[in-house]
Amino acid sequence: MNFLPGSPRLQLLVAFLVAAVLAFSLGLPWLKTPVLLALSNGLAVTGVIVLIRAGQVSFGHAMFACLSGYGVAFIGRAWHLDALLLIALGTAAAALAGALIGVFMVRYRGIFFGMLNLAFSMVLFSVLGKFGAFTGGTDGLRFDRPSFGFVHLEREGFETALLLLALVLAVLAGMLVQRYFGSVNGQALAAIKTNETRLEYLGLSAKRVFWGGYVLSATLCGLGGSLFALTQGLVTPEMGYWVRSGEIVFIAILGGSGHAVGAFIGAFVFEFMKLYAAALLTGAWQMVLGLILIVMVFVAPRGLFGLVERHLKRAASGERA
Amino acid sequence: MDASLIILALMDGVSYAALLFLVALGLTLIFGVMRILNIAHGSLYAWGGYFAATLGLAITKFALPAWMGLPALFVAALVIGGLLGSILEFALLRRILDKDPVLQLLVTFAAFMVLEDLQRMIWGSQPIFVSDVVNQLGTLSVAGVTYTRYQLLVLPTVAILAFVGLRWFLRSTALGRQVTAVTHHREIATAMGVNTNRVTWLTIAMGGALGALGGALASPTTSFTPGIGADMMVLSFAVVATAGLGQIGGAALAALMIGMARSFAIYLMPEVEVLMPYLIMVAVLLLRPEGLFSTPAARRI
Repeated sequence: MNFLPGSPRLQLLVAFLVAAVLAFSLGLPWLKTPVLLALSNGLAVTGVIVLIRAGQVSFGHAMFACLSGYGVAFIGRAWHLDALLLIALGTAAAALAGALIGVFMVRYRGIFFGMLNLAFSMVLFSVLGKFGAFTGGTDGLRFDRPSFGFVHLEREGFETALLLLALVLAVLAGMLVQRYFGSVNGQALAAIKTNETRLEYLGLSAKRVFWGGYVLSATLCGLGGSLFALTQGLVTPEMGYWVRSGEIVFIAILGGSGHAVGAFIGAFVFEFMKLYAAALLTGAWQMVLGLILIVMVFVAPRGLFGLVERHLKRAASGERA
Repeated sequence: MDASLIILALMDGVSYAALLFLVALGLTLIFGVMRILNIAHGSLYAWGGYFAATLGLAITKFALPAWMGLPALFVAALVIGGLLGSILEFALLRRILDKDPVLQLLVTFAAFMVLEDLQRMIWGSQPIFVSDVVNQLGTLSVAGVTYTRYQLLVLPTVAILAFVGLRWFLRSTALGRQVTAVTHHREIATAMGVNTNRVTWLTIAMGGALGALGGALASPTTSFTPGIGADMMVLSFAVVATAGLGQIGGAALAALMIGMARSFAIYLMPEVEVLMPYLIMVAVLLLRPEGLFSTPAARRI
């Protein structure tokens, strides 16, 4: 039995990408932070990809990353727990919030779904900003670097450990999402996009299937958010602002929503685009994103991974011939 | 809460609801014809407001007669709505009609991002506020409460005129009937000889102008800053969703509900003011997932 989803060529591609990320970030230490941010973004994007599989886009999913980040900050400040525990608890908080909000969200599709998520995230954003005594207001919350695996590390070592963990989590999350897409629930999720009524006639509850997908997506966003918070040692309400949600959706379209690998390709391209382009084009950053998004929709709706995939398939069929 | 405060809140609510209604009307009109939620609509509001403020400043600067202030607001709305609306329609909206709904939503979202940055480049990020029109029209006293004529008379009148005018247009003119036909079924309308492209363009320009009019009329009483477009977008969506997408009469009632709730919240519980529209929307959608006034659609198997 093949435990790795995807073709051997795809596995090779993933192995190559992982090796490249490792080599670059260990070889060039200044790359560690952008790589970490890209990985945590990528995790959140895999969450959005799950929803896109059901034909839904959420303009508010940064709220789960934000919730998880604040979870990490609160717990980290109160009890000084270990980083691994903080990640687990932060993600669990996001999953719980996803499960609760999901009960409400699964009733809506299309525009309603997208905008209701946006509305929820705006509520969270303004609550975090308004109740400054508890949440630190717009300045956010800062917390001390926790221990990692119950070992106290210096900044360098901590970042390296976090990076390795993020890489492992990214690969695991990617595999999990691909397995999920192949499972009965995942297939049913895709059927929500094509024809929900037919799905109901099969005896499956579309709402329950969608709820599962929603919780998974919230969990993945939360995982990304907790890593993001630990990387920065600081959480701000900006983490849940609609611009952030828009960026996550943007990355999903840029990288390609057909496969989890696309999420990470997109996240890395985005992070390095930001690193260089944002410096050159301050003030026009959103415009650049918007224009690229429009071009991607018209030229390559399957994203960067769609282009890679076409190449992989052509190579595979060439071999057989 | 004493009587004068209640009257004040009522007047606040009415004037705010009038603005909200204009913007929501444009949004719901465009949705009706294209079946696309135009997220860039929030930008039209912001652009309308900024452009109106620019015109207002120009009137002061070139010492033009002061009575031009009020007409200038409408000119600003027509120019911005017609221009931006047409550009959006020709460049993007008509090309995505047959695309996946997710991609349609993303394209208008992308257009919104672009317009936000352009707006910041043109008008900067300092707040802009030109209130000459309001001062010029003076104030009015109702039951001991002094209020500006502009907010109490002009705004609701414009909103009512827009509502009545649009109903008359859609029901009693040939072109309006064509718009209604396209709303019902695009393909069949085309088969019946309706020039769908022209009708669509016209509707978007009109809807855009309504959005920009909301912004232009808001500019003398609100200071415009970057991000105002996003806030208005979500707010007007809350109105449209509460009413049911494509429901014009419902939008009026929903705008009034949300406007009132917001103004009373300001006086009673200022902390939850920003949350009010969402709370109302969520409460309504919990009970009626398609909005207050929508009719259930047939299931497609």
